[in-house]
Amino acid sequence: MKNLFLANLLLTFIWVALTGKFNFTNFLFGLILSYGILWILTRSMNNVSYFKRVPQIISFIFFFLKELIKANIEVAYDVITPTNYMDPGIVGIPLDAKTDLEITLLANFITLTPGTLSLDISTDRKTLYVHGMYIRDKSTFINDIKSGFERRLLEILR
Amino acid sequence: MNDILIIGFATLGAIFILLAGIGLLKMPDFYMRVSISTKAITLGTGLILIAAALAFQDFSITSRVIAIILFIILTAPVAAHMIGKAAYFTGIKLWKNTSVNDLSKKYDKKRHTLDSVDNDASN
Repeated sequence: MKNLFLANLLLTFIWVALTGKFNFTNFLFGLILSYGILWILTRSMNNVSYFKRVPQIISFIFFFLKELIKANIEVAYDVITPTNYMDPGIVGIPLDAKTDLEITLLANFITLTPGTLSLDISTDRKTLYVHGMYIRDKSTFINDIKSGFERRLLEILR
Repeated sequence: MNDILIIGFATLGAIFILLAGIGLLKMPDFYMRVSISTKAITLGTGLILIAAALAFQDFSITSRVIAIILFIILTAPVAAHMIGKAAYFTGIKLWKNTSVNDLSKKYDKKRHTLDSVDNDASN
């Protein structure tokens, strides 16, 4: 995983140096090109996790952007209209994430989607307390986070 | 085409930041204010920075924009999380219409420990 990523970067820099155009488009093109070359080279080997994870990471970024924009529009609509549609509350979400990195990233992504704010984690690290603005149904709210963010994040990290 | 993209991103970013400002005035309690301001401002600043990167079309500026967005995404939630946590434990009241509160009575002030949700109550 790490070696392949470094090889990918190295090939990209070689591409940029050889073509002599040091701009962002060329860098991105080199990155995609060397990714493809590495994919062809390592196709017969067993360590293909790098080529599974990169699409997963990209799809996670798009999923996150989609959630971010959707939730921002929901909050924006609530701000413009005079009536309040909020149904706030603090919900404890049982965690499957175990390590520091997993919990930190999950809490960060939960805070970044509007309407939810992670407040604290219990001392035994089994529950994440989240303040949400739109909790119509508690179990759906928990399910949304568990099957959306947590599942995707753990797929990438494990 | 590029001009349209720049105008679109910059306007959207400004609108989101404006809405965050209105939201700060309108929201009924502290937690929702924190909630609104951090997120809308992250998205707004991000969009304006992307517009700047598109306007200059320069590698040094694009790389700086990416670094700034990355660090905002990394640091803004941590700050919001710390402020929210401090607010809850110093006893800032929730809004009167707050429906669920799983966090009440879970914090042990003497031992500074926080219990997790017991499964009987959540089901």
